Amino acid sequence: MARYKLGLLAGAAALMASISAVSARAETVSMFCSATDYELCEKGAAEWSKTSGHEVKINRMPQNLDDAIPIYQQLFAANSADVDVLYVDVIWLGMFKDHLADLAPLVPEDEVKAHFSSATDAARLEGKLVAMPFYIDTGLMFYRKDLLEKYGKQPPKTWDELTATAKEVQDAERAAGRPDIWGYVWQGRSYEGLTCDALEWIASSGGGTIISNDGEVTINNPKAVEALTRARDWIGTISPQGVLNYDEEASRAIFESGNAVFHRNWPYVWGTSQAEGAGLVGKVGVMALPVGAAGEGSSGALGTAYLGVSKYSKKQDIAADLLRYMVGLEDQKMRAIEGGYNPTVAALYEDKDVLAKIPFLAMAKSAFEESVARPSAVTGKNYNRVSRTFYRAVHEIISGADDVAGTVEQMARRIERDVKATD
Amino acid sequence: MTPTDRARRAETRVAWLFVAPLVVILLAVAIWPLGRTVFFAFTDAYLDNPSSYEFVGFANFVTVWEDATFWRAVRNTLVFTVVSVGIETMLGLAIALLLHRAFFGRGLVRAAILIPWAMPMVVSTRIWDWMLNDQFGLINKVLVELGIIAKGIAWTADPSLLLGVVIFIDVWVTTPFMVLLILAGLQLIPEELYEAAEVSGVPHWKRFWSITLPLVAPAIGVAMLFRTLDALRMFDLSYVLAANNANTMTMSIYARDQLIGFQDLGVGSAASTWVFLIIGLIAIVIVGLLRLDRPHH
Repeated sequence: MARYKLGLLAGAAALMASISAVSARAETVSMFCSATDYELCEKGAAEWSKTSGHEVKINRMPQNLDDAIPIYQQLFAANSADVDVLYVDVIWLGMFKDHLADLAPLVPEDEVKAHFSSATDAARLEGKLVAMPFYIDTGLMFYRKDLLEKYGKQPPKTWDELTATAKEVQDAERAAGRPDIWGYVWQGRSYEGLTCDALEWIASSGGGTIISNDGEVTINNPKAVEALTRARDWIGTISPQGVLNYDEEASRAIFESGNAVFHRNWPYVWGTSQAEGAGLVGKVGVMALPVGAAGEGSSGALGTAYLGVSKYSKKQDIAADLLRYMVGLEDQKMRAIEGGYNPTVAALYEDKDVLAKIPFLAMAKSAFEESVARPSAVTGKNYNRVSRTFYRAVHEIISGADDVAGTVEQMARRIERDVKATD
Repeated sequence: MTPTDRARRAETRVAWLFVAPLVVILLAVAIWPLGRTVFFAFTDAYLDNPSSYEFVGFANFVTVWEDATFWRAVRNTLVFTVVSVGIETMLGLAIALLLHRAFFGRGLVRAAILIPWAMPMVVSTRIWDWMLNDQFGLINKVLVELGIIAKGIAWTADPSLLLGVVIFIDVWVTTPFMVLLILAGLQLIPEELYEAAEVSGVPHWKRFWSITLPLVAPAIGVAMLFRTLDALRMFDLSYVLAANNANTMTMSIYARDQLIGFQDLGVGSAASTWVFLIIGLIAIVIVGLLRLDRPHH
């Protein structure tokens, strides 16, 4: 730890010296922050400003992350120097790799090594380090601890147990005069988020991850059909029909207003639901996602967020300095404690302050080990095609398709075509 | 060469001079991008590096033509256009007739009905999205309170309701536009015609069919043309309300998916070109129909 800090100090000092040699005046670097952690991002950037003396101009990204792709695309196509530091989703790494600066010469090797190697390895493309991990996400199951205790229920281990428990608690609460309560809310809108949710149901039931790592389309199998049928039958029984158009925020609104027993979402919901003044403080439990059958792995969808530096930035050194601070131990610790964002710096998983604030982090480390990646690496440029075909078909199924097996078969044929669309 | 000829030629030169900036701007912002799109439709270019490509003939056009998803989008767009423009025209005409009468506070009412039209579509869609929310929405609350329904309806999630909701929001937003254009047409009808009809004892409904409707028809036609072309390229409303939902996907969303989502500049441009051709064809048909009407008056 001490060595780490020393290295950081030395690096920072060297960098400061080189900057002051070039120009003594304060520069302005601009960065993109995602909508959900905007305040934390702002706070981290302000902290960096204080020590570095440079200004940070923050651009808020669209709430639906997919919508940022065209914005980035335009900036890149114009070789724009307007933005220096970029927020990059794990599934975009392949898409944007040619427009991101190689961080290997800009970030000292020991700083890179402080992060989970699985996260940094994913950002090493064609011999370049295109981004640094910012926080690590995986699908988690949030539940109303108080309600499960009230009815003497254990947190469910399998999806079938969850279905039964959700139904029982929901019906009992409704009978007790809370007509608006639902058993389970999640993300069923026709968008990338549904790919994550559905991949979790299928992978945790032994149905694979749509496409195997060696490129074979595996989605058409009985276990996948079974998992999707189970999800279809949730609609109207334990999940409101509205989930068919819920994204993360819409489903969180239901859970945090106290109208849902179970809720699948990303770790940030721990921060929002346990924030001061929130209605559910002390009433929420969190666990790894259930499995299809005992022996299967809990399969939260892996979603790591990265920060990268634009290749077209004219202030790459200062931008890299900001990036190093934002992904560094200190800022990640602040984000973990104040926002529940899971660090990628391994040392923080043994940090007392962090563990006190996010008690599930010790468990989350294993959830990350069992989590599954969307098939973005094996599909490369064709990932968005595959994902759209997948979530469209899943949406059709959960909207009430009768012939689940037939829809899956048709989906598999389309995905076969999608993966061959470009080389 | 007579002096008048010379004067006329000088005039033509000046006219061209005045028009030149417009021509340049049109070339820059309309013709050039359109030409680029058509050009890329014949290549296999990708968005991350548009400068490297090969020509592939009509392959991209065939890809789009054979894609069932595209035809689904075309169908959605046509249903949306016909139904929404139809309702907007009827409502627009009815409201314009009401507003045409002089009454106290008419100016205020006219300004007030323009509010939905003045709001950005994304904002209106968001407002309705929340009002129609199945759990917290105002609409469901009112309907439940009134005893019309027992439980909130998932307006924006039920596949059978979704396109209807999109049409409803569009009608809410753009009916004022129709009202305004039709009202302008109504005000051009000379009052003497009505006076003469009244003197001759022509009944009210006949005055409407024989005087008002034929004379306001050109205004309605132009308004419908504008609205139809607008509706055919609709993107924002569907996308904000239901993202990539197959039930509400329009032709523009399809093209955007190919172009931005999949980065496929070739197929995306071919899809955009198809959209352009389809809208162009419909525009020509409508303009033709309007011309056919002309000999009547």
